[in-house]
Amino acid sequence: MNRNVYINGIGSISAQKTFENNEFLNEFVDHEAQVISVVNPNYKDYIPPAAARRMASGIKMSVVASKIALQEAGLEQVDAIITGTGMGCVRDSEKFVSAIIDDDEQYLTPTSFIQSTHNTVGGQIALELQCKGYNFTYVHASNSFESALIDAKLQLELGEEHTILVGGVDELGEHTTALHKIINHIKPEIVKASQLLQSKTEGAVFGEGANFFVLSNEKQPSTYAEVLSVKIYNTLPKAEVAQAAIQFLKSNNLEVEDIDLVVLGNNGDVKFDSFYDELISKVFNNTQQVYYKHLCGEFNTASSFGFWLASKILKTQILPDCVKLNHVNSSAFKTVLLYNQYRGENHSFTLLKQC
Amino acid sequence: MGKGVAITGMGIISAIGNNVAENYQSLIEGKKGITRVSKIKTNHVNDIMVGEIAFTNQELEQQLGLSSNNNYSRTALLGAIAAKQAIKNAGIIDIHAYRTGLVSATSVGGMDMTERYYYDYLENKETQKYIEGHHAGDSTQKIAEQLGIEQSFVTTISTACSSAANAIMLGARLIKSGQLDRVIVGGTDCLSKFTINGFKTLMILSDTYNAPFDENRKGLNLGEAAAFLVLESDAVVKAENKEVLGYVKGYANANDAFHQTASSDHGDGATFAMEKALKVANYAPQDIDYINAHGTATGNNDLSEGRAIIRVFGNDVPDFSSTKAYTGHTLAAAGAIEAVYSVLALQHNVVYPNLNFKTQMKEFSIKPQLNIKEKPLKNVMSNSFGFGGNCSTVIFSKEQ
Repeated sequence: MNRNVYINGIGSISAQKTFENNEFLNEFVDHEAQVISVVNPNYKDYIPPAAARRMASGIKMSVVASKIALQEAGLEQVDAIITGTGMGCVRDSEKFVSAIIDDDEQYLTPTSFIQSTHNTVGGQIALELQCKGYNFTYVHASNSFESALIDAKLQLELGEEHTILVGGVDELGEHTTALHKIINHIKPEIVKASQLLQSKTEGAVFGEGANFFVLSNEKQPSTYAEVLSVKIYNTLPKAEVAQAAIQFLKSNNLEVEDIDLVVLGNNGDVKFDSFYDELISKVFNNTQQVYYKHLCGEFNTASSFGFWLASKILKTQILPDCVKLNHVNSSAFKTVLLYNQYRGENHSFTLLKQC
Repeated sequence: MGKGVAITGMGIISAIGNNVAENYQSLIEGKKGITRVSKIKTNHVNDIMVGEIAFTNQELEQQLGLSSNNNYSRTALLGAIAAKQAIKNAGIIDIHAYRTGLVSATSVGGMDMTERYYYDYLENKETQKYIEGHHAGDSTQKIAEQLGIEQSFVTTISTACSSAANAIMLGARLIKSGQLDRVIVGGTDCLSKFTINGFKTLMILSDTYNAPFDENRKGLNLGEAAAFLVLESDAVVKAENKEVLGYVKGYANANDAFHQTASSDHGDGATFAMEKALKVANYAPQDIDYINAHGTATGNNDLSEGRAIIRVFGNDVPDFSSTKAYTGHTLAAAGAIEAVYSVLALQHNVVYPNLNFKTQMKEFSIKPQLNIKEKPLKNVMSNSFGFGGNCSTVIFSKEQ
């Protein structure tokens, strides 16, 4: 009954140029900002212009990222669509709330209300694909994408479905950004991406993006990696992070020495990066480490970019210099561990294996 | 697989009662909780009716024993009240005794505070504590904390009006697959200006009492509510010698893939969801004794759902009714509210009347159950459909 789960196609729209699957961070955009936006593909290549104009940015990014992933997997249809998003199409939420207040509940139109519904992305992809299968949306902060991943994995392992589109998406909204600056969740100063971890200030550089993946029971030439295991925690005290990681490996019959690469969610927040230090300096001192939030920014589903990065490294066996966190060099990448948390909550561990 | 998923506890707060017993009493007495809105200042006050919970936020905070510097949205407050009731009802003393997870559903999240302090946040330090409470996962994190669930599987589902049904589904699958021993599942949504105005722009709010499956139905009444159920594995039930209230036997989610907000004329998604849920339960249509319909009383839903029911059940449509006339449409919480009502129906062998029905719909001849009906019930089907074409069906059974 226990079937393997493979990543057969990927699609990424991020603050780097990642929408071309035959490239791999060829040019590192070293953003200097408090908030970084995505590098947009030419949407007209994927969606009719009239349709694209009507779409919220989160929908547009997701529809295109999922098309790229499906195409690579050689599929026109999937059995199920599972989406993770922390905030949904937040610009439309802002638009609708401000219209309610500014115009005293008059002259409102439904479009922004409809697009503000959290599952509007999943619904829209289903409409595009005419996919009538299972369609879930998880909205649990930094564990939104991992929740989607766990659900997909459960179905594939039990043979309930055979191909599932899984993704994480969040978009930047102006008012939300302003509010997060006020409460110091966004850094007070402009930071150069390559210097993110040296900033020593509170808060993160915020970003956005959509990363979608085709997961399947069947391995094929396009396969990137196998998804071995995913585990989430609503809380995890700092002192327990190392033990939780070791326990997670153990439950998958692995030791620290079996890990060739650790992919970490450091975002340069001086208050919370210490959670990663538990693994960086106490457990995986002799293991190669990478980080990625200087490339994509911090957002609720930023870990889906980490998942994209790990998939690329496993398939190409190439590790771009811009993501290196330490000076250890692995000779080959076979088993990769990902760890992420946001502001000390909603921690996740993910294990990927080379195919 | 083939493992049972037992329901061992329930908690609820809605416009028709602050706990399970009060809700049941209102259901059998035909007492609806629909009034003019009193806690939200809106220009639409005379154009709409709602299912509002009587307690103020302050009263709910007191019941939970929260300090005055808490940053709970009303969604989180209602959710915490209902979830705590469920845990108590299940007789759980040590939440850590088994691998316990929480799956909650919400669509409004902390929007009630966001819309209140939207611009105020920029200047007022006092209210800024609510900024972090906006995102949908925040209410779930708070409910987990209230229940003492730590270092565990905790997540939030938001698929509009089918959300809580999907939370039940995920919880059942986590238990069946052996990933968890116990999952608290449910949903919570409070009333907000955001949803009132949103549904108003869609022109699907009734200005009077909503009348599900009536030819002259004028739309839905929004409601606020929270409900949670404790799902436990066979092993836990056996080890603890638990009283079982009912079982989650079947479930399915399908997508209509027709329109972002409207259901297809013939209810494809709804049909698939019901058929697939019957298959998962290994039941034939005639095994269903009562359908607690989604029945929002919008022109579109009731027609589409009615046609889908006929497609699945043919000439032999079981007793069905919608309880939205009592509570209003409680959005992401609706699937959990109606799960509690479905289990109560099984326990008491009763079919609730579909209130406010006067005129038969002309598109088909099926008629909801209009008076309270007592009969032995074995299996109850509950439907929940939402925006984004999201269609869910859960089947509850008395026996495993």
